[in-house]
Amino acid sequence: MNPAKFFQRLLQLAPVLLGVSFIAFMMLAMTPGDPVALIIGEHAATPEQIETLRRDLGLNQPLLQRFASFLADAVTGNFGTSFYHRRPVAEVIGERLPATIELSLVALIVALVTSIPLGVLAAIRKNTIFDRIATLFSLVGVSMPGFWLGILLIMIFAVNLQLFPVAGRIGFSHEVDPITGFMLIDTLLHRNFAAFGETLRYIALPAVTLGLPMAAILMRVTRTSMLEVLQQDYVTFANAKGLKPRRIFFRHALKNALIPTVSVAAIETGSLLGGNMIVETIFGWPGLGRLVVESIFVRNYPLVQAAVLLYAVTYVLLNFIADILYTLLNPRVKL
Amino acid sequence: MTVIASSTAGAPGLPIWRQNLRVFCANKSALFASAVVVLFVAMAIIAPIIAPHDPNDTDLFRRLQPPVWKEGGDWAYILGCDALGRDILSRLIYGSRISIFIGAAVVLFATVIGILAGLAAGYLRGWVDVVISRIVDILLGFPYLIFAIGLMAMMGPGLVNIVLALVYKEWVIPCRVVRGETLAAREQEYVEAARAVGASSGHIMLREILPNILSAVTVISTVRMANVIIMEASLSFLGLGVQPPTASWGEMVAGGREFIMEAWWVSTFPGLAILALVLAINVASQGLRDAFDPRFAE
Repeated sequence: MNPAKFFQRLLQLAPVLLGVSFIAFMMLAMTPGDPVALIIGEHAATPEQIETLRRDLGLNQPLLQRFASFLADAVTGNFGTSFYHRRPVAEVIGERLPATIELSLVALIVALVTSIPLGVLAAIRKNTIFDRIATLFSLVGVSMPGFWLGILLIMIFAVNLQLFPVAGRIGFSHEVDPITGFMLIDTLLHRNFAAFGETLRYIALPAVTLGLPMAAILMRVTRTSMLEVLQQDYVTFANAKGLKPRRIFFRHALKNALIPTVSVAAIETGSLLGGNMIVETIFGWPGLGRLVVESIFVRNYPLVQAAVLLYAVTYVLLNFIADILYTLLNPRVKL
Repeated sequence: MTVIASSTAGAPGLPIWRQNLRVFCANKSALFASAVVVLFVAMAIIAPIIAPHDPNDTDLFRRLQPPVWKEGGDWAYILGCDALGRDILSRLIYGSRISIFIGAAVVLFATVIGILAGLAAGYLRGWVDVVISRIVDILLGFPYLIFAIGLMAMMGPGLVNIVLALVYKEWVIPCRVVRGETLAAREQEYVEAARAVGASSGHIMLREILPNILSAVTVISTVRMANVIIMEASLSFLGLGVQPPTASWGEMVAGGREFIMEAWWVSTFPGLAILALVLAINVASQGLRDAFDPRFAE
């Protein structure tokens, strides 16, 4: 890829990131009610104290100036103080982030592992009963609300069959000192394989809930793109040359068929962020999504604002990565 | 005004839209799905007539009463009762009003805004296009649910606020489609001809271009409705949507969460209702797309 083009594309991100930050800023600025009253809460305060706090928070400055300070603070990771925790927002978010990233990554693996083989098989066995079932799975997957799927899985696998725990990240019987914050990695680093197994059991249902709707979309993309590739001249030529079907399939078709899947997967990983809020709430998963939902109900607005900004920036960057991946994998596309 | 040609195979001599309609009607699953959607809409409209009970009528003696086919069930409450003893079937019927009303209202407003913005951006080009396209890019920078949750957290729950929160984000989808279609249409002969006879920009956009791109927009709007319904249900599930005691499917699923050990039916039926409606809309819109906008057909 041409480096100049890459940097040009990178520069195009700037206005989008600026706009996204402005909207996140405005969400809080437009909130009805006085932020000072919210911070003071039920404590009695003199008008002087209120005025001082207002000045400290910069609320007496013009809107654009407040946005500029917000932006400058955000770049340095300063998102203010969480009213509820009485600690910096960045610190509170930092504690919860590994759990959310871990869950999202496992969900992504679940989605890829189920969707690619299903999509490829559905394409190879086009119009067979297998194809129909896979297509139905995909249709139901995109139509099913994630929160209901989670509850169904809890009812079937946790309550009735008792194969998995209902909620949480790890049982009380296992104590794992955090190293990376990712429980699956930490348990392995401690060589505590029993705890690793336990962690897998805890993450299974939330990851499936989060990953299945994505799998439904990816399966469809893989099927369509595999069908297209199988009709290409080079596949017909390889067939005519008498190459073994397995070789044609793995060496020629699959590699190209997966290009759209990879870039859609990168975009859809961004959608996992939204799904996280729902899934973490259902499964009592101690991640950022649940923290945001809890924060809304205690009107902890600075945290909600910081999280919205963090999610949006991640989403924009994931879309950028998807673009780049698509170009790198597919040399015919010029960035 | 010219009508775009469709590649759909149909009876020659018939107007394009009738040929497309024939293709749609030949698709049995799409036809069945459309019937299911119509049934849901009818159910929402005549909810007060068909609901067997008042959806907000509580009676703690009927708390978590099981459906009729389970021991302890009662024909008067076919799908059982929730934790406050309210009839689940009646709440399901009334809940369809919220889902369908919000789905339709959001898609309608978003489509109108999206069409106007997309036409302006695609036809007028220049700074109008730059401004609109930048706003679209920025709004696309937010994951949908997070944008809606952020706005609802700040604006507070309520029916009007949900519609607003979803419209703010939803209009960018039809806008992008319309902009792209308008850019292509702008170079077509019929538009050039209208320009040559001195038609105003407004006339060209609304009377010449719009009728030709309407089928593509309609198809997109029906697909989006399914998404909006899931969004509304998700917001209501999180407690950010329509407020109790108003029945909404998402809120009903959330209400049953605490009792999944003893009363699975409280969460299961409203979830099934969402699945059935969204699935039906998806299948029907796929049929519409295949018939009316075959460029996107698989």
